[in-house]
Amino acid sequence: MSEREAASLIPVLSAQELAAIDAEIAHVPYRAAVAIDALKIVQAHRGWVSDESLQAIARHLEMSAEELDGVATFYNLIYRRPVGEQVILLCNSISCWIKGCDRLQAKISSQLGITLGETTADNRYTLLPVTCLGACDKAPVMLVGEELHEDLTEQALNRLFGEGET
Amino acid sequence: MSLELPRQDRPLTRNVREDRRPTDLGAYEANGGYQGLRSAMGRLSPADCLQILKDSNLRGRGGAGFPTGMKWSFVPMDDSPGHKYLICNADEMEPGTFKDRLLLECDPHQLIEGMILSAYTIQADVAYIFIRAEYHKAAQLLREAIAACQEKGYLGNNILGTDYSLEMHVHASAGRYICGEETALISSLEGKRANPRAKPPFPQVSGLWGRPTIVNNVETLCNVHHIIERGADWFQSLGLTDDAGTKMYGVSGRVKNPGCWELPMGTPVREIIEEYAGGMADGYQLRGFLPGGGSTDFLTTQHLDLAMDYDTIGKAGSRMGTGTMIILDDKTCPVGFVKNLMEFFARESCGFCTPCRDGLPWSAQVLDDIEGGRGLPEDMDTLARQVVYIGAMGNTHCALAPGAMEPLQSALKYFREDFERHLNGGGCPYCDGGAA
Repeated sequence: MSEREAASLIPVLSAQELAAIDAEIAHVPYRAAVAIDALKIVQAHRGWVSDESLQAIARHLEMSAEELDGVATFYNLIYRRPVGEQVILLCNSISCWIKGCDRLQAKISSQLGITLGETTADNRYTLLPVTCLGACDKAPVMLVGEELHEDLTEQALNRLFGEGET
Repeated sequence: MSLELPRQDRPLTRNVREDRRPTDLGAYEANGGYQGLRSAMGRLSPADCLQILKDSNLRGRGGAGFPTGMKWSFVPMDDSPGHKYLICNADEMEPGTFKDRLLLECDPHQLIEGMILSAYTIQADVAYIFIRAEYHKAAQLLREAIAACQEKGYLGNNILGTDYSLEMHVHASAGRYICGEETALISSLEGKRANPRAKPPFPQVSGLWGRPTIVNNVETLCNVHHIIERGADWFQSLGLTDDAGTKMYGVSGRVKNPGCWELPMGTPVREIIEEYAGGMADGYQLRGFLPGGGSTDFLTTQHLDLAMDYDTIGKAGSRMGTGTMIILDDKTCPVGFVKNLMEFFARESCGFCTPCRDGLPWSAQVLDDIEGGRGLPEDMDTLARQVVYIGAMGNTHCALAPGAMEPLQSALKYFREDFERHLNGGGCPYCDGGAA
């Protein structure tokens, strides 16, 4: 396959994605400077960043796909593998640990049948650990999608995710 | 809250509502907002503003406590062409720290007014707010607030009819604790991996895209327009000790009323824990506390009467850090506590410097062995050596690894018998300690 043919296999970014990326490019000195914004924009539209998306973004930013992947894989909230419809970010930093986040993690695992880094079979949830969410007075806490759940209890988890196998 | 200070004595939270709903532009202006900006821009030169800041003795609220006026004084002020940048560090991720979220979510315009006057002082023409990915609500509020300010003429070209212009952008991050380190933050804002940089050159001279750059914490920048409007003497008078101003203090862990309060700088530790946080929760005793986030040294019950300010806590062998305390109670295992922090720091190392990349997982492994009953007596010597070679020796670009060693080294000092009980008794003697 020629280079041109290979390039034609890379899906183009949508007009919406390009507009959002170009708006970021407008206030930086060179295109590659918006690498993280561009990855986040495409992820917001597609849920995750596939190899094909990565190559399309890299081409638009005039950088190599390898260099962009080095950036993408550094950041824990850029997903280079498919994730569920909602990502559960469970805080396991110190204040939440004191208040029993390990128990809650075990509870969620039994409810959803997944452990950290996994996605449910119905593709609804992915469970990931996250750095201190800055709500330590309400520990333990987690984010589900963009919603913060504070003062978490096993009862609250039952309401959210059902009773599970326990 | 009956303990709350009167609003005039707490400038940073005077617009914070009981229900925590955000203060919009109209309400902010009605309460005197942007008056400081209006009066300063007509009356004071950048040099005047810098002098007031220096005289006020404002110190960086992100954790290091470096004098803000001095930091800014290293920015070149000649007329050479090219951008200068002001960056707000809103990447609040220090374990146990939850003060900037409150300021961002409840009063976004206060930060923006502070940033405009800060940028004016150093004559920056572009400002960024670098906010962590998970603060969705705050990022949205800030974007809306910036748009409202552009319409009002507080931001954009020729602000309030002067010849000063400033554009402001919000950059929502994509994770990783290391982004809060100022040179790593600059790398990340440039679209790169967030590796910290060797200093010098310092960002004030060569920062974002090689241009002069100032990076300050949210709480620091929120103070600036109050100081310029009301003067250095007023700001000095707010503190109870030699350190000036108020401070956002917080307490988390097993206390009756965990929370965050704006109090005079230098408020005693005991008052914060016993009065504001309501004392220990029923059935729990205080054993120790990290004064200001996960990378500060433990202090114990003998330190309760110390003033919470930079110098006093520093002299006691720790750091005030972010001012948000994490409480260690008598039913939580100190080894497990330090292991949780060490695993966090090992996970969050950017991987650039060997002592940090390889040393922190080693420390975490040793702690895991001790906690799990697989520890050996010589592990105590290993940990003591790690504290020296990973921490105190200064073998890394940034402060992540030395910070990671602070809770460990102080736990070895104050809770040594707990480590020994683990080694002698074949594992963790705490049955209900957090993780158990």
